[in-house]
Amino acid sequence: MEKQLITLKVNGELHTLAVPVFKTLLEVLREDLSLTGTKHGCELGECGACTVLVDGEPVLSCLVLPIELQGREVLTIEGLMEGGRPHPLQRAFAETGAAQCGYCTPGVLLSAKALLDRKPAPTRREIAEALSGNLCRCTGYLQILEAVERAAAQMRDVRSAATTDGR
Amino acid sequence: MSGFNVIGKPWPKVDALPKCTGETRYADDLHFPRMLYAKILRSPHAHARIRRIDVSRAQAVPGVHVVLTGRDLPTRFGILPVSQDEEALCVEKVRFVGDPVAAVAAVDEWTAEEALRLIEVEYEPLPALLTMEQALAESSVRIHEYGDGPNIHKLVSLEFGEVAEGFAQADYVREDIFFYAGSTHLPLEQHAAVAHYGPDGRLTLWSSTQTPHYVHRALAKVLGLPPHRIRVIAMPVGGGFGGKSDPFSHEIVVAKLALLTGRPVKITLTREEVFYVHRGRHPVLLWIKTGVRRDGTITAMHVRSFLDGGAYGSYGVATTYYTGALQTVTYKIPRYKFEGVRVFTNKPPCGPKRGHGTPQPRFALEVHLDKIAEDLGLDPIQMRRRQIVEAPSLTVNWLRISSCGLRACIDRVVEASGFREKFRRLPFGRGVGFACSAYLSGAGLPIYWNDMPHSGVQIKIDREGGVTVFCGSADIGQGSDSILAYIVAEILGILPEDVRVVTADTDLTPVDLGSYSSRVTVMAGNAAVEAAERLRRLLFRAAAERLDVPEDQLLARERRIFDQADPERGLDFAEAVQLAEARFGTLGAVGSYKPPKAPGRYKGAGVGPSPSYSYSACVAQVRVDPETGFVQVEKIWIAHDVGRAINPRLVEGQIHGSVYMGLGEALMEEHTFHSRLGVHTAPSMLDYKSPTPLEMPEVECFLIETEDPNGPFGAKEAGQGPLLPIPPAIANAVYDAIGVRIDEIPITPEKVLKGLEDKARGGSGRVGPTSIPSLTWPEPIRVEPPPEWRSSGDLT
Ligand code: FES
Ligand code: FES
Repeated sequence: MEKQLITLKVNGELHTLAVPVFKTLLEVLREDLSLTGTKHGCELGECGACTVLVDGEPVLSCLVLPIELQGREVLTIEGLMEGGRPHPLQRAFAETGAAQCGYCTPGVLLSAKALLDRKPAPTRREIAEALSGNLCRCTGYLQILEAVERAAAQMRDVRSAATTDGR
Repeated sequence: MSGFNVIGKPWPKVDALPKCTGETRYADDLHFPRMLYAKILRSPHAHARIRRIDVSRAQAVPGVHVVLTGRDLPTRFGILPVSQDEEALCVEKVRFVGDPVAAVAAVDEWTAEEALRLIEVEYEPLPALLTMEQALAESSVRIHEYGDGPNIHKLVSLEFGEVAEGFAQADYVREDIFFYAGSTHLPLEQHAAVAHYGPDGRLTLWSSTQTPHYVHRALAKVLGLPPHRIRVIAMPVGGGFGGKSDPFSHEIVVAKLALLTGRPVKITLTREEVFYVHRGRHPVLLWIKTGVRRDGTITAMHVRSFLDGGAYGSYGVATTYYTGALQTVTYKIPRYKFEGVRVFTNKPPCGPKRGHGTPQPRFALEVHLDKIAEDLGLDPIQMRRRQIVEAPSLTVNWLRISSCGLRACIDRVVEASGFREKFRRLPFGRGVGFACSAYLSGAGLPIYWNDMPHSGVQIKIDREGGVTVFCGSADIGQGSDSILAYIVAEILGILPEDVRVVTADTDLTPVDLGSYSSRVTVMAGNAAVEAAERLRRLLFRAAAERLDVPEDQLLARERRIFDQADPERGLDFAEAVQLAEARFGTLGAVGSYKPPKAPGRYKGAGVGPSPSYSYSACVAQVRVDPETGFVQVEKIWIAHDVGRAINPRLVEGQIHGSVYMGLGEALMEEHTFHSRLGVHTAPSMLDYKSPTPLEMPEVECFLIETEDPNGPFGAKEAGQGPLLPIPPAIANAVYDAIGVRIDEIPITPEKVLKGLEDKARGGSGRVGPTSIPSLTWPEPIRVEPPPEWRSSGDLT
């Protein structure tokens, strides 16, 4: 089996790995780096469960080869906590009931993070659009949408408090 | 002091944060040193005899450890004792495309896949029976050798009171035929299992299963191991909806491979395999005939259901009865006849999906009643509302109704939606529809006959006041672990965060039958109440002595045990625990639950009884585009009688999820097969359409609390019932919008356009089945109804 040496930056840490050329980012994350928080529901780019962020943009890790990611930053669900504290999105999801079985949750959270980083005050429609590639079979999406709104509001509050302080 | 501290409040689930941080480990996340990977070879034929299997080339592939075929696992199994018709790997015959034939364990998945390609199987194709009509007509071809007739798995005929008498008293009788397509659960997590066989001679299986106890039994049977040497652990399940409640071939296969290799073995199904493993919603053809008085009062009902079962039994016998059992628990039906047949076909086996066998007849009943109301010029709401069952009462088929909040449900949604102002009054293309439903809070009987509890809970307390609850129930995302924590915390006067929950491990936890039939809140909940109350009694006794207060004057709340009359006089919870341990020795308690004995005494009376029934009523508002036929659901109002909402947020989540799944079934989801080859035509998440956030309408929920006498704190089921009224409410709304009856689920744009075209040409605009297969039904089992229904003559 032909292997290649790759360097991958995941959640701020650099890893050098020898992996078979056809192994997807999803497989490398889960199997070589034991980052099993990234899920899979199809491995064909259809469900969104494997969503991670690459340089802040949502990417389906089941469709990407790690070799394409040299020099780029991968963020997985394991890297979403900040200083050991849950990200506002994580907290809002937990409080709102947005994670039922939780299997879609890591992918949904990362898609939502990419959205909020780009657009701090999205409408419900914009949130639904941003998450339309992440299937969830449990929640009917409504508590997910609510959780994203709740987190967005909270993050805006924190940000405006910070700007007020810094004045 | 009254009210609750924990119950009724929107606490986060106990496992919510781990699920949001990626920490929760599902079956496929497990990894062990020396682990091997398994893959299963599946049949490309819908029906064929296996003439020969040659595994020698596969076996020779470097990295391959074992290749298994049916001869290695010949013992048959199945979820129901009456349908032990599955083989872990087919021995002589394959019965659907996807039937497992051989398995490989290898050092990695690629090697296993390569080996699969080298297995040579010689098949002798047999005629494939792909529709119920074919299967019933071709009696010379047999999919199975057992059943109630050629390719008939189950045939049921029951009559409660004389229906002829009831029809004779009717002023109006109407017959309709409906079809409800098969759909699949599509859990986001693909099924996975890992097995390990240790040098101590013990086998452990970690699996994404809803029913570890039944998997345990099946493994013991097929592997021929004593059950105490097998441990089954249900990992957090990434979506079940009924699709992970059978013991599965792949679970048995990895276990066998672990036994043979002495190494851990993992299998994860591909998404395509999940479509074939299935056990989803049965396609059902329904004929329904109802007699009513001029004012809409039902005098008799006769239902016939035809279930396309697919290739194996699964839960099918129960499903068959369920298509007939619950019609009686919403409206008073004084005379009732039910005939049902489940037919074997060469397709993936159907089984239980959210609502198990009841959404299909509910769709038929609620649309049928809408038509009757219109025929008689009656208000469809009033007509239903006037004849709601009483509580307590027995239905004509001997089901015991302990509480019923249907009237309140109806009133809430009708008022909130403005139904009366909108019904038949909105402009063309927009409409509202109404439907009701009911569902069980757990099956009243276990799957295999026994007299033991259906659920057991054990609680231990450590000296600092930490509480651990052990229960066999499996959390499949519905939040059953959290429900246990809330209940125990409420009774012991502590907080959910003080409670650790250990569930679904056959070595560590007392038996619970599993997460199916919406049984866990009521059954495990009642067991938890009993265990926690026993423990609290010990704590109170010790505290009463110390505080010199009568036991019955004590209260446990906010991590304290104190005198109700003088709240200052009390102890910290941990202090009380230490006193009690000093006084009574190591602390612990068990509790168990068994549903009340079902009152029915006839063959078939085992399916339908439940400790209680949940009720729901729904109004759907739709917009139909007459150009494209596209149906958009604008809003759903739904009220659900849950007895008591142990956690209203979780209940709402269950309602949303049910609405979503009902919406998918109503408008787009369908399991479809090639008509000659039996190959699934859409075995991917792209081709099998399901709703995204963009299709999800606004949902307004109303929780109705009736405090059921059999429920923990009065609770009933929450997770399945609210699916049922969605498809009929949408169908009725589509009719209100465009005057076209689509008597067939899903209501696709093609069907809508077909109806509109037919109407434009002067037809009725109805789209749906027009006939049912001819079948000689057996003489019905005649069941005398409960005394209150017996009076002949005037039934009203
Ligand atoms: S696993 Fe990548 S999209 Fe489904
Ligand atoms: S929470 Fe189960 S799939 Fe989304």
